[in-house]
Amino acid sequence: MQLTGAEIVVKCLQEENVEYVFGYPGGSVLYIYDEFFKQDKFKHVLVRHEQAAVHAADAYSRSSNKVGVCMVTSGPGVTNAVTGIATAHMDSIPLVIISGQVPTHYIGQDAFQECDTVGITRPCVKHNFLVKDVKDLAITLKKAFYIAQSGRPGPVLVDIPKDITTHVCEFEYPKAITMRSYAPNVKCHSGQVRKALQLMLEAKRPMLYTGGGVILSDASRQLVNLAHALGFPVTNTLMGLGGYPATDKQFVGMLGMHGTYEANMAMHHCDVLVAIGARFDDRVIGNPADFGSVPRKIIHIDIDPSSIAKRVDVDVPIVGHLPEVLGELQALFDEQKSKPDAKALAAWWKQIDAWRGKNSLKYKQGKEIIMPQYVIEKLYEVTGGDAFVTSDVGQHQMWAAQYYKFDKPRRWINSGGLGTMGVGLPYAMGVRFANPEATVACVTGEASIQMNIQELSTAKQFRLPIKIINLNNRYLGMVRQWQQMFHGDRHAESYVNALPDFVKLAEAYGHVGMLIERPADVEPALREAFTKHKNDLVFMDFITDQTANVYPMIAAGKGLSDMILAEDL
Amino acid sequence: MRHIISILLENEAGALSRVSGLFSARAFNIESLTVAATEDPSLSRMTIVSSGSDSVIEQITKQLNKLIDVVKVVDLSEAPHIERELMLVKVRATGKDREEMKRIADIFRGRIVDVTESSYVIELTGDCSKLDAFLEVIDHSLVLETVRTGVSGIGRGDRILKI
Repeated sequence: MQLTGAEIVVKCLQEENVEYVFGYPGGSVLYIYDEFFKQDKFKHVLVRHEQAAVHAADAYSRSSNKVGVCMVTSGPGVTNAVTGIATAHMDSIPLVIISGQVPTHYIGQDAFQECDTVGITRPCVKHNFLVKDVKDLAITLKKAFYIAQSGRPGPVLVDIPKDITTHVCEFEYPKAITMRSYAPNVKCHSGQVRKALQLMLEAKRPMLYTGGGVILSDASRQLVNLAHALGFPVTNTLMGLGGYPATDKQFVGMLGMHGTYEANMAMHHCDVLVAIGARFDDRVIGNPADFGSVPRKIIHIDIDPSSIAKRVDVDVPIVGHLPEVLGELQALFDEQKSKPDAKALAAWWKQIDAWRGKNSLKYKQGKEIIMPQYVIEKLYEVTGGDAFVTSDVGQHQMWAAQYYKFDKPRRWINSGGLGTMGVGLPYAMGVRFANPEATVACVTGEASIQMNIQELSTAKQFRLPIKIINLNNRYLGMVRQWQQMFHGDRHAESYVNALPDFVKLAEAYGHVGMLIERPADVEPALREAFTKHKNDLVFMDFITDQTANVYPMIAAGKGLSDMILAEDL
Repeated sequence: MRHIISILLENEAGALSRVSGLFSARAFNIESLTVAATEDPSLSRMTIVSSGSDSVIEQITKQLNKLIDVVKVVDLSEAPHIERELMLVKVRATGKDREEMKRIADIFRGRIVDVTESSYVIELTGDCSKLDAFLEVIDHSLVLETVRTGVSGIGRGDRILKI
C-alpha cells in the first residue's frame, strides 16, 4: 500500500490503538492534521497551549497505563512542549510526542519556526528521533511506542520534517520489534531474591519503602500481598501514593520532607529497608550522609540499574520488573514457610505506634478562617475517597498528599520529580479523557492555576466536569513558608497581587464559579459542586489561612529524624 | 581513579551528542573522547577516558548502558588492555636545534613527517604518559603547535568488544 508520510502517521497511531491525540496544529504539521480530519478512529483534543497538550497526554497515561500521545508543530510548538516533556521524563511517564519540523532541505538554515528539536529535547526524553526518509517513518513510530512503554518508561519524541509528510512509500506496520542496542526485559536474579528474603526474615525492624515504580508497573496487588504476608510497615513516596492502600493499618503514611513523623522515624531507624520502585530522592531521605550514619541493610528493587546505588549504597540490588520480583519473593516466602521474627516485629510496631501517637498531621480548624488541610479532609469525605485527584505544585500539593487517603493506584496525579506548577488543570483533563465517568478534582493554588488557566477553554469545549479546588492564600505558599523559616521572614516576591475574581473568570469561560470564605461553608459547597453540579466544571475558590505551613518538615540538607513539627512552634 | 571506557554504539546522527550530553548533564568528567566507525559501518566505537570514584564510574557505565543507541559498554581498565594516542607536534627546528630535535624524536620512536627550513612536524604514538614525557623533554620554547587525538583502547587477548 503506497501512502504519504502524513497518512503513515495516522495509520501508525491507529495501529497502536491510540484513542486521543492531544495537540495544537501549525505550519509544519498541516499535512498530518489534514489526515486527522479525514479519519475518525482516534480523536484530537485541541488544547490552548502546547505545554498543556503534553501534560494532558501525561495524565492520560498516569491514570490509565496507556501511552499518552501528543502532536505539536515545529519551533515554538516544541519549545512550549518542553516543560511538559521534562515533567513526564522526571516521573518516567510513557509518552510519544510527534513534532513537526521544517522541510529537510531547510534544516540548519534558520528557517521560519525552526529549532533544533532533537537537540533541545535530548536531555529530557528517554529517546528521540529525527525522521529523514519517509521509508523510516513507520518503523520509527513503532520503535517510539516500544521504547516509551518498555523497561523504565519515558517520553519519546519523533521529529518529522514537513516534506517527509508528503513523500510517498510502501506502508507496512511492523508487528514486533527488536533492537540490538535496547533490551529492557531483564529477568530478576533468583539468587538475589533469595538473599533478599533471607535478610527480610532476619530483620528486627523491617520497612517497606515504595515509590512510583509500583504504580507504573502495576505492582500494587503483589505489594499488598507481600506486605500482608510479612506484616511489615509500609511507607510510600509522593509518587507512590495509592500503590499501597492508605487506610491499611500497616501503612505509616508518606515519608520525606513533608512525610509523617512515624514514616520518617521508621525509615531512619529500620534495620532492613526494602526499597521498591523508589530512588532515594533528596526530598525523600534528606541528607544522604545523615541517612547513611545509621547502620541498616538495604534491598533495592528497580527496573533501572542506574537507579540502584546512585544515592545510597545498597546491600542487595535486584534489577527486574516489580510484579515479577515481588511475585517471586512471595512464592519463595510461601514455599519455605519460615516466618519473620514475631517478637521483634511486635516490639517494632509498638515503637511505630508510639511515633504515630504524636499525630503529626494534626491542625486546628477554628470558626473564622478556613484551614487548607480541612478542605482536603472534607474533599476526601465528600468524594468517598474515590476521586482522581490531580494537584499543582506547592503547599496545596503536600496537603493533598497528606490528607487525601489514596487507596488505589493511579488516583493521585502530580508532578513529583520536576515539580511543575501549572500541571493541575491539564492533568485533570487528561485523567477525565482516560476515565470518562470518573470524579476528578484538581487541588491547586491561586498561583499555580494561573500558569495554565487558558485550559478552562479546552475544558469547556470538551465538557470536562472537573472540580477545581483552589486553596487561595494569596501567597506563593511554599515560597513564603521557606522565607519565613530560612530567610528572616522576608517575603520577597511571594505575595500574589492583583488576583482575578476567580468566580467571574470561571463564568467568563462558561463554567460555574463558587467563592467559599467560611469554614462552615466548606462541606456544603463541596457537596453542591459534586452533586448539583456533577456535570459542570466548578471552580471553587477557597479563601484560606495565609499563614498555614506544611508540617512535619525536614529542612533541605537535614536528616530524616530532624523534623520540624507543628507543635514545636 | 583513571578509567578507560570503551563503547560500541549505533553509528547514527546524534549518537555522539547523546554520550557527551550525558557526561555534561550528570557532571561526569571526560579527559578525552575518540570515536569512529568500525569495520561494520552501522556501528561506532568510542573510547572515553574519565576519572572518578568507583561509584561514579559505576554510574557512568550504567548511564551509558541506558542510552538507547549504546550497544555495549566495557571498562577496559578493569583488565589488561592497550591504550594508544597519536600526537602531532610542530616544533621550530633551526641551527643546532634541528639535530637535537631529530635525536629526541628518534629516542621516542617518533617520525618527522613534515620538514621546512625552520620547522619539523613530529608524529608520535604511545600512551598518554609517553606523549607527556616527550613534551617535557623538548625545549618548550620551540613548540609551535601540538594536536593529540585522545586515547583509543582495546582489550588484550580474548577480551573482545563485539556484538
